[in-house]
Amino acid sequence: MKTRGQILLWLAQRYSAMVLAVCVVAHLITIIYAVRTGLSAEQILGRTRGNFAWLVFYATFVAAVAVHAPIGMRTILSETLRLRGAHVDIAVLLLGVVLALWGWRAVFAVFQ
Amino acid sequence: MAEQVTVPASHTTGSPAKARSLNVRVWRGGEAGGFHVFEVPRLESQTVLDVVTYIQRNLDPTLAYRYACRVGMCGSCAMNVNGKARWTCRTHVAEVERGDAVEIAPLSNLPVIKDLVTDMAPFFDKWARAKGQFKGASQRSDEFARVMPDSPQRMRADAAIECIGCGVCYSSCDVVSWNPDYLGPAALNRAWTLVNDARDVSNSERLKAVAGDAGCHACHTHTSCSERCPKHISPTAGIAGLKRAVAAALKGDL
Repeated sequence: MKTRGQILLWLAQRYSAMVLAVCVVAHLITIIYAVRTGLSAEQILGRTRGNFAWLVFYATFVAAVAVHAPIGMRTILSETLRLRGAHVDIAVLLLGVVLALWGWRAVFAVFQ
Repeated sequence: MAEQVTVPASHTTGSPAKARSLNVRVWRGGEAGGFHVFEVPRLESQTVLDVVTYIQRNLDPTLAYRYACRVGMCGSCAMNVNGKARWTCRTHVAEVERGDAVEIAPLSNLPVIKDLVTDMAPFFDKWARAKGQFKGASQRSDEFARVMPDSPQRMRADAAIECIGCGVCYSSCDVVSWNPDYLGPAALNRAWTLVNDARDVSNSERLKAVAGDAGCHACHTHTSCSERCPKHISPTAGIAGLKRAVAAALKGDL
């Protein structure tokens, strides 16, 4: 990968980390609220179904994960296992695609 | 290599009962060497370099090590003392001894030539790769460049300029140990001083040279370099500055 591409990956990881910092905190608050107030699965689905705010929030969360995790994995593979090169870049790209598709599928499942 | 213990002659012929001695484990051989144990008289205000010198002069003249100034100016006596890179000339034994023992090894992340001597070529090659050479455009007939000491650029350069190339930061850097291509803190710090040099004209090439997976973007901000730098320079801060400069240059032809 050319230097410009490496810089863009680094920037993408930094920006996705900023989004994740907000999303993870909001997600944790949501979980704690749901557990403390004893919300049932049915009640939770009642709130998420048809709710565009939750759809946008969790779709953004998934997008940030799908960007952040593969770039981090690329660094870990490079530094820990000395795996580098185009084949690793393609493998982590596929990881990002899989994470995005699985995540968005789950988000859509609680929306529809 | 099995550990051997070498004792000074004075100890074998009977020394004063009160004399303290230091148990010193010293790396011998090349990459595949091992530690050799020496017993060295413990003296007041003794530095680690004094200990190494005592061993070479009195116990084993084949011990290889480097030093020059003995006062923290040349940077050639850096070694790992109890696992941490230090200038041995400016490290008192009292600061580092564990019980009455100390371990001395060559710097990490560099090829070992023999005993405590490492090959510094990869370290300085990376300075060249990071475009660590000044490149000006003025001619002899031009006016001197006026650089205000309190200008932000000059102050940033000042904070990083005192590096003497001892290799302590490079030896302490985890990222170099994981990725041998990584330029390392010293070369990036040097590049940062030149990025802040108003007279230099090769910053576009330099930023390209220091960016990416083997450059400033590989730094994990562990700050071991900044913590161990004997000159109290913060290469971490310089590397962060390079990241900002590279991001700003992305709009151009980088």
